[in-house]
Amino acid sequence: MSEAPLRLLLVALGIAALALVPTLAPPFYANLLIPFFAYSVALIGFNLLFGYTGLLSFGHAMYLGLGAYAAAVVAGVLGIRVFEVVLLAAALAAVVVALPIGFLCVRYTGIFFGMLTLAFGMLAHSFLFKFYHLTGGDSGMRIPRMRILGLEFDAYNKIELLAGPFYYYCLGLMVLAGLLMWRIVHSPFGLQVRALRDNPQKAEYLGVRVRQLRLLAYVISAVYGAIGGAILGFRIGLADPELVHWTHSGHLVFMTVLGGFSSFFGPVVGALTLTLLQDQLQSITQYWRFVLGAILAAIVIFFPRGLAGLAIDTAGRLARRKPSQVAA
Amino acid sequence: MSAFANVVFGGVFHAAVLFLVAAGLQLVFGVQKIVNLACGSFYALGAYFGISLVNAALKGGMPPLLLLPVLIAAGVLMAIVGPPIERLLRTVYGRDESLQLLLTFALVLMFQDVLRFIWGPNPQSLGNEVLAYGKLSAGDFTVPVYNLLVIAAALAAACLIGFFLRRTTYGRLLRATAENRSMAEALGVNVRTVYAVVFSLGTLLGTLGGALVVPTSAASLDMAIEFVIEAFAVVVIGGLGSMAGALVGALLVGLIRAFSLVVYPEFEILAIYLIVIATLLIRPSGLFGRAVS
Repeated sequence: MSEAPLRLLLVALGIAALALVPTLAPPFYANLLIPFFAYSVALIGFNLLFGYTGLLSFGHAMYLGLGAYAAAVVAGVLGIRVFEVVLLAAALAAVVVALPIGFLCVRYTGIFFGMLTLAFGMLAHSFLFKFYHLTGGDSGMRIPRMRILGLEFDAYNKIELLAGPFYYYCLGLMVLAGLLMWRIVHSPFGLQVRALRDNPQKAEYLGVRVRQLRLLAYVISAVYGAIGGAILGFRIGLADPELVHWTHSGHLVFMTVLGGFSSFFGPVVGALTLTLLQDQLQSITQYWRFVLGAILAAIVIFFPRGLAGLAIDTAGRLARRKPSQVAA
Repeated sequence: MSAFANVVFGGVFHAAVLFLVAAGLQLVFGVQKIVNLACGSFYALGAYFGISLVNAALKGGMPPLLLLPVLIAAGVLMAIVGPPIERLLRTVYGRDESLQLLLTFALVLMFQDVLRFIWGPNPQSLGNEVLAYGKLSAGDFTVPVYNLLVIAAALAAACLIGFFLRRTTYGRLLRATAENRSMAEALGVNVRTVYAVVFSLGTLLGTLGGALVVPTSAASLDMAIEFVIEAFAVVVIGGLGSMAGALVGALLVGLIRAFSLVVYPEFEILAIYLIVIATLLIRPSGLFGRAVS
């Protein structure tokens, strides 16, 4: 089997398996997977910036926070309890915030880009944390229950809503976000950002508008982050400053590297692995951070291309062992 | 007036500790080009161990006046974690800087649980030992002599580091390696050893800073992830890789924090990040750094 249909098959199987979770597994697991969807959406966008454009942001949790706070403002303060409006508002807010910040940040690359984004992230954190009368400080802002697709789902309690209709809603959202990103990275824009990642100077000579494209990638990834943040906020019911803390940004990078940033599906794999792993570890030991740290260290040292890279390498090795299948 | 002096001394004390940790971050970045997020963890480690060692020494009948030497000893002893961690980091030398950053982030995660495992989840603090050296007061203005001693110790450390880097042969080797690693290596510098020494020194500065701060404030699990960000601000403002920059940056950050706490508390941290961002945008090499390509 050649590569493209195989990948399509795997993706279809993955989506089918996810679709079966609410019917086969107890609501706990469906509920657990909501953050996975949220992180998947956020990381699919994040990887456009990190994997494809080569810019490592260490402040990207800011946009997840922005999405959650947008939900709190639209649904909580303004009382518009329609999730679609919240998503729209989160995306708009992300564009409005990411344009000026991105404009300033993309003047640098490498470690300076990372430091600048980290500083902006902590700026946002200290704003949310300290301006108590505006943002609720460390207790955050409540996010009320919302209608999805215009339906109230009165008969469901919060858990049933999350494990049922909202689960499928998020699954759909993730697939949609993935499809859109697939189009984006396979468009001329996607090719250009990869070119400017590998050799910015040469790309510029060839007419690639390096800064504009970096900025565009930054803004798109911010929008994805805010959408993910809105999903996360819907589930937790609270937007609090910890969402924006630099360690949360670190976790985003962690998931991406765990899955593999050089592969399109790597971030999704990373989000799923870390979500399940963290849940398991937390039920086993209170020292789960240590285990996660050790896993991260091992990934960085031994498998810098992440789980997806590992899978591709293993598949390649297996294929080579059978001479008849060399064509793959 | 005395209120003003209180604020200034509070800020300078904070700056003294901040300088130690930031100098460690600076040294490691300057020579090894690694942003070591774990330097805040070293700081926390020094703090927790300092408390344990002081408590143990007090039980063993230590005269309270020995507080400072015991704390310095605690800082120096905990620097033993430096060499093994440097050994771990060796696996990512010369690789992508995002991987280096992530490995130090992994260390941050692990350290947090190591500290939780040894000292438990609750914050720890010393009693009134800070007053062992008495207080200086003039009118409303009081400052524990201990704080002045720490400021003096940080200044002494700054002078020592400066002397070491500028006047000793090994310091010159360090600077040569920072400048041009492959050329230094070609001229016979054992870069491996240099890296090990630099990282251990960086660790020492972090643990020392943590040990010295505990008589005045509690040690908690969050202190690592909070302090590293402040040290990072110092380094950016002062200029990456510059020791003079670390000193001035620490003073700036310490004083800004102290004053904004009094004048406009909401601005405490915000002000620092605004300056960090302004520095990165206007002069990314910082106040004392050289131009960055």
